[in-house]
Amino acid sequence: MKINLKIWRQKNKDTKGSFKSYALDNVSTDMSFLEMLDVLNHDLIHKGEESVAFDHDCREGICGMCSLYINGRPHGPQQTTTCQLHMRSFKDGETIVIEPWRAKAFPVIRDLVVDRTAFDRIQQAGGYVSVNTGGVPDANEIAISKKIADEAFDSAACIGCGACVAACKNASAMLFVSAKVSQLALLPQGKPERKERVEKMVAQMDAEDFGACTNTGACEAECPKGISLTNIARMNREYFSAITTSYEIELKGGD
Amino acid sequence: MNWFTSLLTSTLGRKMIMALTGLFLVLFLVIHLIGNLQLLKSDGGNAFNVYAQFMGHNPLIQTVSIGNFAFILIHAIWALLLTLHNRRSRGEVGYAVSNNSSAWMSRSMGILGTLILIFLIVHLQGFWFQMKFGNVPFVTVDGKDVKDLYTVVDAAYQNIGFVALYVFSMCALGFHLWHGFASAFQTLGLNHLKYNPIIRFVGRAYAIIVPALFAIIPIWMYLN
Amino acid sequence: MDTARVPIKKINRQMKLDSKIPEGPLAEKWTKHKFNLKLVNPANKRKFDVIVVGTGLAGASAAASLGELGYNVKAFCFQDSPRRAHSIAAQGGINAAKNYQNDGDSVYRLFYDTIKGGDYRAREGNVYRLAEVSVNIIDQCVAQGVPFAREYGGLLANRSFGGAQVSRTFYARGQTGQQLLLGAYSALNRQIANGKVTMYTRSEMLDVVLVDGKARGIVTRDLVTGKIESHAAHAVLICTGGYGNVFFLSTNAKGSNVTAAWRAHKKGALFGNPCYTQIHPTCIPVSGDHQSKLTLMSESLRNDGRVWVPKTARPGLKAKDAANIPEADRDYFLERKYPSFGNLVPRDVASRNAKQMCDEGRGVGSGLAVFLDFSDAIKRDGKKTIEAKYGNLFDMYQQITGDNPYEMPMMIYPAVHYTMGGLWVDYNLMTTVPGLYALGEANFSDHGANRLGASALMQGLADGYFVIPYTLGDYLAGLSPEKVTTDRPEFKEAIDKVNGTINKFLSIKGKRTVDEFHRELGLTMWEFCGMARNEEGLKGAKKKIQALKEAFWKDVNVLGGSQELNQELEKAMRVADFMELGELMVDDALNRSESCGGHFREESQTPDGEALRKDDEFAYVAAWEYKGENQQEVLHKETLVFENVKLTQRSYK
Repeated sequence: MKINLKIWRQKNKDTKGSFKSYALDNVSTDMSFLEMLDVLNHDLIHKGEESVAFDHDCREGICGMCSLYINGRPHGPQQTTTCQLHMRSFKDGETIVIEPWRAKAFPVIRDLVVDRTAFDRIQQAGGYVSVNTGGVPDANEIAISKKIADEAFDSAACIGCGACVAACKNASAMLFVSAKVSQLALLPQGKPERKERVEKMVAQMDAEDFGACTNTGACEAECPKGISLTNIARMNREYFSAITTSYEIELKGGD
Repeated sequence: MNWFTSLLTSTLGRKMIMALTGLFLVLFLVIHLIGNLQLLKSDGGNAFNVYAQFMGHNPLIQTVSIGNFAFILIHAIWALLLTLHNRRSRGEVGYAVSNNSSAWMSRSMGILGTLILIFLIVHLQGFWFQMKFGNVPFVTVDGKDVKDLYTVVDAAYQNIGFVALYVFSMCALGFHLWHGFASAFQTLGLNHLKYNPIIRFVGRAYAIIVPALFAIIPIWMYLN
Repeated sequence: MDTARVPIKKINRQMKLDSKIPEGPLAEKWTKHKFNLKLVNPANKRKFDVIVVGTGLAGASAAASLGELGYNVKAFCFQDSPRRAHSIAAQGGINAAKNYQNDGDSVYRLFYDTIKGGDYRAREGNVYRLAEVSVNIIDQCVAQGVPFAREYGGLLANRSFGGAQVSRTFYARGQTGQQLLLGAYSALNRQIANGKVTMYTRSEMLDVVLVDGKARGIVTRDLVTGKIESHAAHAVLICTGGYGNVFFLSTNAKGSNVTAAWRAHKKGALFGNPCYTQIHPTCIPVSGDHQSKLTLMSESLRNDGRVWVPKTARPGLKAKDAANIPEADRDYFLERKYPSFGNLVPRDVASRNAKQMCDEGRGVGSGLAVFLDFSDAIKRDGKKTIEAKYGNLFDMYQQITGDNPYEMPMMIYPAVHYTMGGLWVDYNLMTTVPGLYALGEANFSDHGANRLGASALMQGLADGYFVIPYTLGDYLAGLSPEKVTTDRPEFKEAIDKVNGTINKFLSIKGKRTVDEFHRELGLTMWEFCGMARNEEGLKGAKKKIQALKEAFWKDVNVLGGSQELNQELEKAMRVADFMELGELMVDDALNRSESCGGHFREESQTPDGEALRKDDEFAYVAAWEYKGENQQEVLHKETLVFENVKLTQRSYK
């Protein structure tokens, strides 16, 4: 099949970008979307043009590295990652517009590659249980109801791709942040730091200039891993109860 | 920053203010509707005028109504602040093509809210301002002199344009509530798999019934 | 190339490989060793700098644990976040000898299964330690908040995996690797927040720097700005995974590469058993020339799916037409040849037989595929049951191929999946270069010639959480805590060399893309050094690779500049290393004229075509020493000593 591409090209974060059009004649319906871009890049290099930069790694839908805003939707027309999207989802002769994720917190590095380190910094702010290696109780010491464990897993399935931010009209990262907050709020292991965690992660999220959630649900609809909006409600609840009840204890030292 | 200011300035806190003020306004709508329904009584407006008199003079209602105006203002101003913040969060370059997969009303709360605000100004100017500061004639109901707001309303609703504006605005309100009602619960974290369907059902029923009843009044009065 | 004429079996007898396996009974080795290891004074720990390259299970767990101990850690990954490392893609689970199921599991049994599964080509001491610490890993992960599968009573669930006779595999749906990696990532994040780990993302290691014979730092390229930087430390840990992408098509992530390990090898670290690769039988076949990677489906599919090809060649047979082939004309070859194990034979056996069918011309689809048929299972158990077991795998298959496996058989073909070989390390995980360590899939140590299912995650985390925190201290305790800096001539030399390579690539301006070369290398490797190998083919492959390498350096086209994000340049540098590694793999496969585990030499088979080990000749680790550009590498042997297990031939008849 034939397709036309309109791809965002941008040299680096300091230069202005623009769309460039390309045409591909021999696209197989069995190709994945990224393989189609591989073919384009192959052609471009042979023409002496620099290839289109895009992020990708595992190409099996789990690493969260691939992105792309395809025809107005993150990861394209299906609720999956771009690497799992195949060309049979498009029509012969179709024009496909490919843009990078757009968010103030995700600056474009080059072409379709964006900087998502804001996500890492949010996790660093508190997305963990403070246990050192070794000296932990036996794995079966604390029983956890299967339902709770399953729910925690559902939240933990987030791959950190950023589609929620890309899809949200407010560029809000709440689905991402709430998934981690939820996972650790549900599990007994996360309970001791529950309050500090949500306060710190929300503060970092705001510091990164993500938008505020207006509950449109676009994030949930586009999330390739089906992370639910329930997480956001849980984070809100955790946050209000934390901020209104947590307090600091001053340490005097001397031990 | 102490905890209170950081609560109020965080994105979650700002959303909380939207939700709390919104829910208060939802309650207010019910009270307002109960009064308005008096217009449908075929008693020449007596019941409505008594209600209007009560609302205008009861000290408790007066206090609450100040709060009500404040909440409307806060709801609007915070919405504006949030919208500006959210616009900035997208960054300088937006999307060229966007097929957002959320519901239209969820995405359009700002526009819907603005329409409602414009309506409110017209509405207040037409009735509330008249009642408070205008030259409304008196009638005697049960031996008491009360302002005859009924006649003012009745006159206004003979204007088809005015009725159309009301009906249109109530549609906007319906859409606003369709999203807003459940959204407020979500924002406050009042979300539970067991009760979510009930909240959603009540919210949507509310979003249809309340604006519909509001809208029926001018239509009915116009036709009669 | 004149180097081809150097006899391969020339052995350099001067280097003595000391595995440092402690003396004493198997079960006491690690405990005793831990006691004998020197400790670093707590106040001195903060004076030592450690570099960790790669942030998968091994790297992230090591960096976090070392940061917790008080060392200053610098961690590097080429992805945009440590959470992307390819450990994330592991599906099935992680083994641990917890014996929670009361079904007779023990540390010794896990040890025994692993040694046997590795076809007796791994060290007893290492494998026993792995089994021993496996139980701690599960405790650690649960404490971090990893949501493992649980029973209704709230305790952890287990399943039997990869033909094991006990249920010792812990899992988190089909995403165990993801959950374990996110656990290690969270521990790493905590240390980054504490300031004990400095994280460098989108940074690729391009050289190790040796000062006075010791590893003292690395050279990296910032993939965003193109800046070449050097970092000094008291020790360097290579945790960069396997080299399956030498085949171009593999189930590895596109970015997975051998560069860090290979540059370490070129600086003196011996490379162990490079020819041991694992081929996974249930992968989605190649769909065309555009294919960029292969997708693995859990081998649990073989529990209910039946593998078959037509009895007579039917070229181009499509899955939707499979139903037209009458039962009598189908060859369920695994059930026919291995009546007692049937479709559940180990990975290597299943893979080899599929290849054999396709070699006979009986492959389906493109010719390089066999059917995996669920129609009997659906008839027997109902669609609902099959959907509950394999629903997400079926969906994934349909997503990729467009075929509906509920209505027609799947098509599968083996694909490269894991590499057991890697940098040679001793019991302390130190390579032959002092201060240079290798952890996880990047080392060669624990899986012998074949890895058991659900053991890769176990090894990565064992190395990072529970081995290196002890053994690294022993090395550092012998060093002066004086600050090491990059102002040594060795660093400048390394930087100049890297810059030279980059400039060379950008100046070639040839006619072929990096991927074209990589694909060709992969085809050669797959054809001659893949599922079945023979002397003639390997010798030919060596020549082909050498010629390809020469062409590569003359005719590759790398556009763009060096001071910017340049994905073609990144690939070019990785492929250059794959070329050299490919040649070494061929050397190793040529040298090992026995069949064992994932390495099948056609010359060494039993009368009925099964792999034949030669224990008297080949019970050793082949460790290769780099001798310079275009020089024949030199083989060193570490003899494997088996004091506890008896070597037997595997049989699945």
